[in-house]
Amino acid sequence: MIRMTDIHEAPPEPASIGAEQIEYLEQLARIRLSGEEKERTARDLSKILDYIEMLGELDTEGVDPLSHPVTTEPVFREDKAVNDDRRDAMLRNAPEHKDGCFKVPKTVE
Amino acid sequence: MANFETVMGIEVHVELSTKSKIFCGCSARFGDEANAHVCEGCAGMPGTLPTLNRRVVEYAVRAGLALNCEISRFSRFDRKSYFYPDLPASYQVTQLYHPICKNGHLDIVADGKTKRIGINRIHIEEDAGKLVHDDWDDCSLVDYNRCSVPLIEIVSEPDFRSADEVVAYLEKLKATLQYLGVSDCKMQEGSMRADINLSVRPVGSEKFGVRTEMKNMASLKSIARAIAGETRRHIDAIESGETLIQETRRWDDNKGFSFAMRNKENAKDYKYFPDPNLMPVIVEEEYIREIRASLPELPEEKKARYIREFGLPEYDADILTGSRYLVAVFERAADICKNPKEASNWVMTELLKLLNDAQMQPEDMKFSPDSLGTILNMLTEGKINRAVAKKTFAEVFESDVDPVDYVRKNGLMQVSDTGSIEPVIREVLDANRKAVSEYLAGNEKSIQFLIGQSMKALRGKGDPQVVRDLLIKGLDERKG
Amino acid sequence: MKDENILNMTALEVARAIRSGDITSPQATEAVLSAIEEKDGELNGYIRVFGDRAIARASEVQKQIERGALDYPLAGVPYAIKDNICTEGIPTTCGSKMLENFIPPYSATVVHDLERAGAVSVGKLNLDEFCMGSTSETSFFGPVKNPWDTTRVPGGSSGGAAASVAARMSFYAYGSDTGGSIRQPCSYCGVSGIKPTYGSVSRFGLIAYASSLDQIGPIGRDMLDCAAALNQIIGKDPADQTTIDTVPIDLSAASEFSGKGLRIGVPEDFFAEGIDPEVEAAVRKAVHVFSELGASVTSFRLPIARYAIPTYYIIACAEACSNLSRYDGIKYGYRSQNAKSLSDIYVMSRSEGFGLEVKRRIMLGNYVLSSGFYDAYYKKALQSKALIRKAFDEAFVKYDLILGPTAPSTAPRIGESLSDPLRMYLSDVYTVLPNIVGLPSASIPCGFDRNNMPVGLQMIGPYRSEQTMVGAACLFQRSTAYHLRFPEKRGEDA
Repeated sequence: MIRMTDIHEAPPEPASIGAEQIEYLEQLARIRLSGEEKERTARDLSKILDYIEMLGELDTEGVDPLSHPVTTEPVFREDKAVNDDRRDAMLRNAPEHKDGCFKVPKTVE
Repeated sequence: MANFETVMGIEVHVELSTKSKIFCGCSARFGDEANAHVCEGCAGMPGTLPTLNRRVVEYAVRAGLALNCEISRFSRFDRKSYFYPDLPASYQVTQLYHPICKNGHLDIVADGKTKRIGINRIHIEEDAGKLVHDDWDDCSLVDYNRCSVPLIEIVSEPDFRSADEVVAYLEKLKATLQYLGVSDCKMQEGSMRADINLSVRPVGSEKFGVRTEMKNMASLKSIARAIAGETRRHIDAIESGETLIQETRRWDDNKGFSFAMRNKENAKDYKYFPDPNLMPVIVEEEYIREIRASLPELPEEKKARYIREFGLPEYDADILTGSRYLVAVFERAADICKNPKEASNWVMTELLKLLNDAQMQPEDMKFSPDSLGTILNMLTEGKINRAVAKKTFAEVFESDVDPVDYVRKNGLMQVSDTGSIEPVIREVLDANRKAVSEYLAGNEKSIQFLIGQSMKALRGKGDPQVVRDLLIKGLDERKG
Repeated sequence: MKDENILNMTALEVARAIRSGDITSPQATEAVLSAIEEKDGELNGYIRVFGDRAIARASEVQKQIERGALDYPLAGVPYAIKDNICTEGIPTTCGSKMLENFIPPYSATVVHDLERAGAVSVGKLNLDEFCMGSTSETSFFGPVKNPWDTTRVPGGSSGGAAASVAARMSFYAYGSDTGGSIRQPCSYCGVSGIKPTYGSVSRFGLIAYASSLDQIGPIGRDMLDCAAALNQIIGKDPADQTTIDTVPIDLSAASEFSGKGLRIGVPEDFFAEGIDPEVEAAVRKAVHVFSELGASVTSFRLPIARYAIPTYYIIACAEACSNLSRYDGIKYGYRSQNAKSLSDIYVMSRSEGFGLEVKRRIMLGNYVLSSGFYDAYYKKALQSKALIRKAFDEAFVKYDLILGPTAPSTAPRIGESLSDPLRMYLSDVYTVLPNIVGLPSASIPCGFDRNNMPVGLQMIGPYRSEQTMVGAACLFQRSTAYHLRFPEKRGEDA
């Protein structure tokens, strides 16, 4: 389900990354930083974000966001099932597989 | 319950019946061996890129037009990110900011009233893979066959107040999409899935209550049960002062209760942003005109025409047009036998009964579309009688036999020449003196018994009218 | 012909020598392989070298050339390719532990193009992990060294590609450029390179860093080689929806390009605070060469340039965090041995499989895309992008080309940049602009500093203006000798 209101809830805080934000970002990124990395990342991100904040001074009132600067006629693909069964090739790089499937520890719904 | 009102919105995911997936050339066919339809693209391998299937846009626009939507001239794809093994790229391509269709509606009839249900948007997205739990090995196995199969998500406004309305909407939606040929809409196979957003509020309140989203209902019956169950859970919570949480829940139809989902469904932050690999979809007016012109007659128009042209009762017209598969049988039969009313009666009584007995959906019918018309012609021409016609149709339904062959091979042609029937009538009158005397004493009903006996002796093939006439004639003679 | 003589030729010269029968493709390949053998132990430009495999391929190509079945301009010439471009059956690592053992079951479109053109691949080149870096130090396979001074970095992320061409360990190479990853190492290593118009080259099989910015391009000893190399890989690809129709560069027209009437704009903003005076001097001198050759040179203001780095890092990191979320230890790539639960597989595999710079950019990307921040960062960056586009559109009404420095300094010493990521990011200040809006851009050598380290001149042109850009660069290279110097000869003619 998509709701626009879910997305823009709060205005951004002034950029200073503390332990709490790092923890949230770790969770979002599925990355756990070591103690030393955490400190360094917090420091580096704060510095970078401080710099990035400069963009705030740019007057963008009424400017349409530009996502694709070089647009072309869309290249559609025709609706044809052309691919062969390449299951084995697709599984070859998998750390673990079983019965023609990628294998993971049991998931909970 | 009387003091509370249930407010619902529905999100319907429909798998489009394209041959290939949305962004790669893998087959979209259902039911094959695990991972048989997987390539580097839909397996999310590094360096791969999506290429949009033309038909997906066409089908989405068809659906949008049939559901009275505005078609966006500019739409675009966004990525929705979450980590779960069913999503190989860890993001799903969808349309958040610029959906392809907006602001539509669908009129439904529920509790005898017509109601307009608002459709907020229709957007295109890709399906996710499937996880199978392996209890022996204490692991889960991931199958990407469904991964990247094209979907449209039809999001309604929160316009529903009862389960009946929800069911009517889903039935109408299913019929419409099937008419359009954009999806087979099989709930059991997951090609149509409805998630219900439900909240409860005191009657008269303007404010919405806390909303929960329910998934995992595999049939309309299960949806109706889920609505009842979840409504009860909400009311209980409100009445006992418990706090409801806005969350996604999984309906367990066996337990009759919903459970909060612990996985991806309750991720809070999907990090949406425009997919840089996919160009915006620009739809020209001309293209919309062409698709509009190619739309088939939809249930509503068809129903009106059946009533107007064929003089069918509204109820019958409504049921018939409720499924394109019933429509196909009816229209072919009516065309062959030139008697729409008779064709309609047969579909309404015989066919619906056969479907019901076999626990089948109209889309599961397998018999040749000409068969019912052929049977009705044999009936009108007096080649078979009604009982044989029913029996033959049941055989057609069951095993798609050729009706003419079947009647011939089993010697079921109707006997209507008086020469063959008269001796049988005489025997029946002689053998059933009690019934004869009752009839002669004024109990006209006993003629039914005599007709039954005569038909039995004729092994069901006698022309009922001729049998009746000859019986009356014989009985008159015995008044003597 | 001696190996050394072969190695001193340009790619087009080697191709001509092969065609005329003076040398063979296997000979040229042997020469490159021995150069790699000799120098790469120190330089570390290659992650993988195809010894016998390259020779076998060269022999096969040689036969086709002799049969007359192959007449592509660079047929038989050995090249090397950055290890973020997928090669079927051959590990493609992206310089990361995450993909150390990944063997793609498909090849990039450009790899197919190169096979068709009779190119001979000698190996896969080192790079910053997932292209995230400006120094080629973040590779899991160790840092690349600058052939001019091995205590210095070669630039990045296509540091292996630029170093291999500069050190004569390849005749030409392909890198990828997301925010300067071809041009900046070209500048640091004294070689030429092109970042083509976005969409000219298929990205199918290029392991994504930031999809809206990434573009594959050539690195060569001079601009004519780059143009010939670019011609081999351009064109609309049904596998990449963002590709555009592109006309090949006419090499003979480029060699005859005249500077008369060429309108050059020089943004004064590119010479603001932070630029090394020696770099500024070399670049201004190069601009002057153009005016001597008949071009009109005008200074102008491009104030939007100030917002280039913030805009770039928001877009690049947002896309990167999404593109790199597929590395989860399930389908391919590194899976932590210690992982027990599903959550472990994600978290431990990613934490152990990615290096710090990659993690930092993923974190930054997650930050700018996270709930509530989209408008303030990503949307704002896309608006800034629109304004950058507008500024360039206006500039290109007046100018055919924009010239300036490729990087604010020459190559720094190894280790200097890693301690301060912001400083490293700022070294991309000139190169990110063309990527943000998809414009073509090139870098050519234009001088040396007091340490004899090369300086690069950046050229930016309108969409699809590669012909003009290459023409102007060839004109410059016909009139100057910076591109002819190479590391072993340094000092001789200084």
